[in-house]
Amino acid sequence: MIRIDSVTKRYPDGTVAVDRLSLEIPDRSITVLVGPSGCGKTTTLRMINRMVEPSEGTITLDGVDISRQPVNSLRRSMGYVIQNAGLFQHRTIVDNIATVPRLLGQSKARSRARARELMERVGLDVSLAKRYPYQLSGGQQQRVGVARALAADPPVLLMDEPFSAVDPIVRKGLQEELLRIQEELGKTIVFVTHDIDEAIRLGTMVAVLRTGGRLAQFAPPAELLSSPADAFVEDFLGADRGIRRLSFFPAQALELKKTPIVAVDSTAEQIAARTTPETPYLLVTGLDGRPLGWSEPEDLVAGDIDVARLLPYGRPFAYGTDSLRAALDGAVLSPTGWAVAVDDAGRAVGVVSQQAVGEAIRAAHAKGLTAAKVAG
Amino acid sequence: MNVLTFIHAFFSDGSHWHGYDGIPTRLTEHLHYSLQALAIAAVIGLPIGLITGHYGRGGNAIALVATGSRALPTFGLLVLMVMWLGFGLGPVMIPLVVLAVPPILVTTYEAVRSVDPSPVDAARGMGMPESRILLQVELPGALPLILGGLRSAAIQIVSTATIAAYVGLGGIGRYIIDGLYQRNYEKVVGGATLVAVLALVTLGVFWAVARVAVSPGVRRSG
Ligand SMILES: Nc1ncnc2c1ncn2[C@@H]1O[C@H](COP(=O)(O)OP(=O)(O)OP(=O)(O)O)[C@@H](O)[C@H]1O
Ligand SMILES: [Mg+2]
Repeated sequence: MIRIDSVTKRYPDGTVAVDRLSLEIPDRSITVLVGPSGCGKTTTLRMINRMVEPSEGTITLDGVDISRQPVNSLRRSMGYVIQNAGLFQHRTIVDNIATVPRLLGQSKARSRARARELMERVGLDVSLAKRYPYQLSGGQQQRVGVARALAADPPVLLMDEPFSAVDPIVRKGLQEELLRIQEELGKTIVFVTHDIDEAIRLGTMVAVLRTGGRLAQFAPPAELLSSPADAFVEDFLGADRGIRRLSFFPAQALELKKTPIVAVDSTAEQIAARTTPETPYLLVTGLDGRPLGWSEPEDLVAGDIDVARLLPYGRPFAYGTDSLRAALDGAVLSPTGWAVAVDDAGRAVGVVSQQAVGEAIRAAHAKGLTAAKVAG
Repeated sequence: MNVLTFIHAFFSDGSHWHGYDGIPTRLTEHLHYSLQALAIAAVIGLPIGLITGHYGRGGNAIALVATGSRALPTFGLLVLMVMWLGFGLGPVMIPLVVLAVPPILVTTYEAVRSVDPSPVDAARGMGMPESRILLQVELPGALPLILGGLRSAAIQIVSTATIAAYVGLGGIGRYIIDGLYQRNYEKVVGGATLVAVLALVTLGVFWAVARVAVSPGVRRSG
């Protein structure tokens, strides 16, 4: 465990970048440091690998004061990823990744074999091995940066805004990749970002810092969203904190209605049987079970359903994996006000109204049910 | 007679191609002085430039040395050295080295300073010792500029090494000085042409060295 104990950093010019900060960074999980620009995130991170020495206070790694450890061996036990990847332009991708194993005295052949293994792990095609950094996209370079940091299999990974220089879609891909890698490797990751959404998506624990390097709140993301410590944190979380919090409630809490679903080849009796007073619309599905669109029951002519005239069904949500946020989104986007739940194969498994989603949200809040984070 | 006829006359004269005053001998001598001066200047300029560049200290001192030594007249220095040390190779080497150190030193310093700081930061953060950061991260990135500094030093040396002839030594300068003395303009022009050709060859050599020594990743990205 990394323990930061009332650490202060005062730069020679008098700037207090970090002010009596104490944090316990749990093992094998992602701890995110987030806050506005200049609040001391980078300084804090760099004190962990002694790129910056604290003015006061101590940092311990598994109980040992890091200032007593030889600086280079300490750094080699911690992967370090920076914003623009910081790749060595004169070395090929495979040799960039092999840097730390080489520093640790491993043979060239073994280091390169290890580097290729890591390329696969971070989702890079091995055919890129012999390229130079300038021949890669920003997102690919960032993956190389992560692979290079992981090459010597360090227990700790320090990441300073690693994904902030790529576009939002690439960033999302990199974040998912990091979560997947973390699931496989279980590193102790300290991740710096100024993007609260990234913090919430990635963090097991999130430390919100305020300007002047003071800790505002240290909590799991769901708790941050449900009970921000003060106005600063609340402000930093942004306006749609309530909506974002729904990401932490699984959609499975919803009770689906399965009756108002008819296949496109239904008979008049089947349509009649599925029409109930509390569901003004019927969802028509194809023969494969996938949703086609909504219709009022009286507009459906058995044996002659015109798919082109159905109302669009918006964006369905995956019942097993999505959150209440996705369900709410689906209901809001649907012209009928009803969201469609699908299974992994995209087949409609039920429908749910905006009202029902609202009730589920109230129930979830009441229970304070903050189960494991779910996607979307 | 124009210059081209002089050049033609000089190079087609068979007697200019052998003997102690033949072109091969004089070229070899000239190359010998030049390479020696360049080597000494590089041994002085490169390490100082690399280390001051790496630590970012001493930039002002380097700028001072550079301007100061540029103000020194090479020929004056030669005369001074001869008066002080007498005739020989030493008095020739000193002005040549003084001429060559500043471009090497200044460009090396600047080249290291201008290397992208983020790979250096990454290298330090992964526990690379400073010496390795300098040699394996900064130097490869700075190499194109450093070679440029060496190249201008080399060209200045090659064209200035003619001064060796003033103190009774050989080299291509012999043709120029003897030619002027004998009013043999064919010889003067021939010597000057040789110097120019040698300067062009030097350019070619540095181009080839850069092709081999500079990583394609740096060449293409910079
Ligand atoms: N070497 C330094 N010398 C003096 N002041 C510094 C130095 N490095 C950082 N600072 C100051 O310390 C404060 C914290 O800087 P730091 O880089 O840790 O912030 P940050 O939270 O990472 O910001 P950003 O999100 O912009 O990267 C800032 O006011 C900054 O100007
Ligand atoms: Mg920063």
